Amino acid sequence: MDVLYLLIPMSAALVLLILGVFGWAVHMGQFDDIEQEGQRILLLDAKAVDADQGSAHEPLEQCVTGRPTAV
Amino acid sequence: MATNATTPGPVYSDTVVRLFALATVVWGVVGMLVGVIIAAQLAWPELNLGVSFLSYGRLRPLHTNAVIFAFGGCALFASSYHVVQRTCQTRLFLPGLAMFTFIGWQVVILAAAISLPLGMTSGKEYAELEWPIDLLIAVVWVSYAIVFFGTIGQRKIRHIFVANWFFGAFILTVALLHIVNSAAIPVSFWKSYSAYAGVQDAMVQWWYGHNAVGFFLTAGFLGMMYYYIPKQAERPVYSYRLSIVHFWALIFTYMWAGPHHLHYTALPDWAQSVGMLFSLVLLAPSWGGMINGMMTLSGAWHKLRDDPILKFLIVALSFYGMSTFEGPMMSIKTVNALSHYTDWTVGHVHSGALGWVGFMTMGSMYHLIPRMFGRTQMHSVRAIELHFWIATIGIVLYIAAMWIAGVMQGLMWRAVNPDGTLVYSFVESVKATFPFYVIRLAGGLLYLGGMLIMAWNTWMTVRSGKVVTATIPLVPAHA
Repeated sequence: MDVLYLLIPMSAALVLLILGVFGWAVHMGQFDDIEQEGQRILLLDAKAVDADQGSAHEPLEQCVTGRPTAV
Repeated sequence: MATNATTPGPVYSDTVVRLFALATVVWGVVGMLVGVIIAAQLAWPELNLGVSFLSYGRLRPLHTNAVIFAFGGCALFASSYHVVQRTCQTRLFLPGLAMFTFIGWQVVILAAAISLPLGMTSGKEYAELEWPIDLLIAVVWVSYAIVFFGTIGQRKIRHIFVANWFFGAFILTVALLHIVNSAAIPVSFWKSYSAYAGVQDAMVQWWYGHNAVGFFLTAGFLGMMYYYIPKQAERPVYSYRLSIVHFWALIFTYMWAGPHHLHYTALPDWAQSVGMLFSLVLLAPSWGGMINGMMTLSGAWHKLRDDPILKFLIVALSFYGMSTFEGPMMSIKTVNALSHYTDWTVGHVHSGALGWVGFMTMGSMYHLIPRMFGRTQMHSVRAIELHFWIATIGIVLYIAAMWIAGVMQGLMWRAVNPDGTLVYSFVESVKATFPFYVIRLAGGLLYLGGMLIMAWNTWMTVRSGKVVTATIPLVPAHA
C-alpha cells in the first residue's frame, strides 16, 4: 500500500492547513459576534421588485471594513 | 465619506450567474433523460438498439457526469457566484475570468457528451474523462478558485458568511482531488493509463470518489442551503454558531471515509476499518447541519404549507438526513457484506442525488432565476408545486424499489444450501429484480417529468422577465 505514503501525509498536511485557516479566522475575529451575522443576509438587498437586486440598506456598522467604496 | 444611495454605483457581475443558472436547467433535463434511458435499458436491455453509442456501459458514465458535473456543477457555479457577491457586497473578482469558467465548463460538458458515447474513458468512476479534458477541467477549476477567493479578498463586509466557507472548501478540495486522482500517463491523445496500479489505484479512486461526494455534492450544496433557505424563509438560520461548528467538524472528518467503498477487497483490513470509523463519525456533523437547516423554520412552519420552494429546500434536507444516516450504516462492514454490489447502493446514491442534491438545486434555482430576470417569483408558482409533488413521488418510487431489490439481491446471493452450493444462480436474482427495475423507471420518468415542468417554467419566466443590472449597495465607509 505504497500509495498511503502519499495519501496520509497529504491528508495530514490538509488538516494542518485547515487548522491554520481556522486559527487565522479566530484570530481575525471572524467568530467574535456571530449570531448577528446570520441576520445580515436578510438585511442586505431589500427592494420590492426584487429581494436580491439591491437598494440602500442599513449595514451593521461595526463589521464593515473601513475601506472606502469605489464608485 | 457620505454616500448617496441613489447614485448608480458599481453593479454585480450577474451575467455569468444567469448563464450558469439556465445551463443548470438545460443539463438537468439532458442528464435525467439519459438516466431514464439507461433505467429502461436495465429493464429491457434490447433498448440499446444494438448501437454501440447507446449501450449501457457508455451511457451510464454520460448520465453520472451530466447530472453531477453538468447539472450539479452549473448549479454550484451559479449559486456560489451569486452568494459570494451578495454576502461580500462586491462584484466578482475578474469577471472576464468568471466568464471563461462558464465557457470552459460548457466545453468540458460537450467534450464529455461526445467522448463518453464514443467509448473514450479512463475507466475511473466519476472521473471517466480522458486526460485532455481533465487538463481543461483543471484550468477551469483553478480559474474558478481565483475568481471565488479573489472576490472574498475584495469583500466589503469583514465577516465571511458561512456559505462562503462551504463553497471555498468545496472548490479547494475538488481541485486537489481531481489533480491527484486524474494523474495518468497518456499513450495517445484519447487514451491514458492511471499513474497508480491495482489496489493503489482503487484506494486513490475511492479517496477521490467519496470526497467528491463529500465536497462536491455535500459541502457545495450546504453552501447553497445556508444562503437560500434563510433567504426563502426570510428568517436567519436557526443557529449561526452551529453552522460554523458544522462546517469545521465536517471538513475535519470527511477525508478518510473513502475506504468504505473497498470493504472485503485487497485493501488492508485496518484501512477498511478506519474508513468505517470515520464514516460513522460523520453522522454527527451531517445531522448537525440538517437539524440547523430545518429548525430555521421553527416558529414559521406554516410557510412550508404555502411555499413550494421551501418544500423543495426542506425536503432536500430530509433526504440529506436520511442518506447521511443510511451511508454510515452501510459503511459498517457486516451491513456492507449484504449491501455492496447490490441495487441498495444505487438506491442510497439516488436518495442523496435526487433528494438532496436535486431538490436543493431546484429550490435554489426557483429562488434565484426569477430574481436574475427582474421578477420576484417564477412564472407559475402552481407549476413549482406540481413539480414538487411529481418529483417527490418519483423519488419515493425509485428508492423504495432499489431498497427492496438490493436487500433481495444480497439475500439471494448469499443463500447457500446445506451442502455449500448456492441456492440461486445470478440470473435468477436478475429475473427477480425485473419488476423493481420497471418501478424504478416509473420513478425516474416522474422525476424527469418534474424537470421538464421546471424547464417550461424557467422559459416562461425568462421570456417575460428582463435582465436587470443590480447595483451593489454602497456600504458607507466610516472612521
